[in-house]
Parts: sequence; structure tokens; C-alpha cells
Amino acid sequence: MENKDHIFAYKTLFYVLLVLLILTSITVGISLVDMGKLNVWLALGIASVKASLVLMVFMHLKFEGRVLIISFLSTIFFLAIMIGFTFWDIGFR
Amino acid sequence: MSSHADESGKKMGMWLFLYTEIILFGGLFVLYAVYFSRYTSDFIEGGKGLSLIFGVVNTIILLISSFAVAAAITAIQRGQKKIVLSAIAGCLGCGAIFLVNKYFEWGHKIALGIYPNSDRLLDGPDGLNMFFGLYYIITGLHGLHIVIGMTFLAVSFGFVLVGRVTAKRFALLENAGLYWHLVDLIWIFIFPLFYLVV
Repeated sequence: MENKDHIFAYKTLFYVLLVLLILTSITVGISLVDMGKLNVWLALGIASVKASLVLMVFMHLKFEGRVLIISFLSTIFFLAIMIGFTFWDIGFR
Repeated sequence: MSSHADESGKKMGMWLFLYTEIILFGGLFVLYAVYFSRYTSDFIEGGKGLSLIFGVVNTIILLISSFAVAAAITAIQRGQKKIVLSAIAGCLGCGAIFLVNKYFEWGHKIALGIYPNSDRLLDGPDGLNMFFGLYYIITGLHGLHIVIGMTFLAVSFGFVLVGRVTAKRFALLENAGLYWHLVDLIWIFIFPLFYLVV
């Protein structure tokens, strides 16, 4: 798959692209079926899986050291606080 | 001294910038989510007003362009200059097609009288006005990022061409690539939020 120099083989990258395209068609397919609130969660769930693939492989996050991983996760943590606290406020108004 | 350039430091700087971009778009997505919960039916109607085909085609184009940039990084690491150049060129082509699609998509909406402050939106339901306001702000800001990303990649293309970005020193190309992937990442969330609301 990849060697010690942190290089992804073209084949690996291409497979990731294929998975991303398949996930896109799945999310479009799901959106055509009305399942109420579940649609939103499924769409966001699939988008998160796609985003993780792009981050880990295309953006080489898989190869990065601890500093980058922790700082990235902290960003997501603060994003979660922003989203969580906003809805905490909205939900109990 | 140039042989001691801090490549990993440059990359760290780019990531720090990308974090601020994540929070910027994250804030807009929160705004979207709050108004979605308040005007759910209007947002669903607004989403149906957008062309799913344009959304799907632009998603595919951006995914392919991201793959091309990732391939360019593999190629530069292996010192395959020709592949690097053609991959970046392919990515720039994808970016251009994306913008042309966006032009037609926006043009069609504007022709229908759907644009910020238009009479049709002001006289219509508040939720629909909100939906299209956010649509223009978020896709507009994203489109601006596409233009900046393409410029960044075009500069990298030139540096690879003249041999200033090589297998030993490719932080510039890597950072341009990271920026481009972020633009793709943001689109991955814009697509379901605007085009797939049901």
C-alpha cells in the first residue's frame, strides 16, 4: 500500500476516489427516500466518513505526527463546543 | 541555508490556517443548522429549488480534482515531474469546470428572481429568504476559496516547471494541495446541506 517514505501509491489514491464516489451515490440515493429526521443524520454521517477519508489519505493525516493530530482534534473539539452549546441554547429557549 | 528550510514548519503553518478556515465555515454551518431547525419546511422547499444534477456533478468534479492533487504529491515525492504537471493541470481544469457550473447555476437562480434582497425573496416566506441568503453566502465564499486554491496551485505549477519545487523540497506544492483538499472537504458538507435536504 505505502512505503516508509510516506508515499501513497497511485492505486491506493484511486481506490479512495472510487469509495468517495460510491459514498456520494449512496448519499444521493438515501436523500430520495423520505425518512424524516434520520435523513439529516445519515447525510451528515456519510459526509463525515467522506471527510475522514480525504483527511487521512489525500491530506496525509495518517502519516502526521502527534502535534498535528492533537491540534486537529482540538479544532474539531472546539467546533463541537460551538455547535453543541448553540443547540443547547436553541433547544431550551 | 536553503537546504535547511523548515519543511515541516511550513506545513504546520498551513494546518494552523486551515483550522481557522474550519471554524469560519463551521460557524456558517451552525447558522444554517439553527435556521434549518426554525424554518424546516421552508428550507426543504428551498433545497428542492436547487438543481441536484449541478450539485452531484460539482461533487464528482471536486472529488476527482482532490484525487489529482493527491496524485501530484505522490508524483513529486517520486520525482516524476511530468505526472506532477499534468495532475496539477487536470486539477486546474476541474476547478474551472466547477466555476463554470456555478456560473450557470447562479445565473439561472438570478434569472428566476432569486438573489439577495430580490423582491421575490423579500415578499416570500422568511425561511426561504434565509435559505437562499445562506446559499449565496456559503457557496459564494466557497467559490472564492476555489479561485484562491486555483491561483495557489497555478503558482506551484510554475515553481515545479522551473525546478524550484522538487522531490526534496515540495512544501509549497504540499500546502497548495492541503488548501485544495480543504475546499473539497467544505464542499462535502455543503452538498448534503443544500442539495440533499428532503
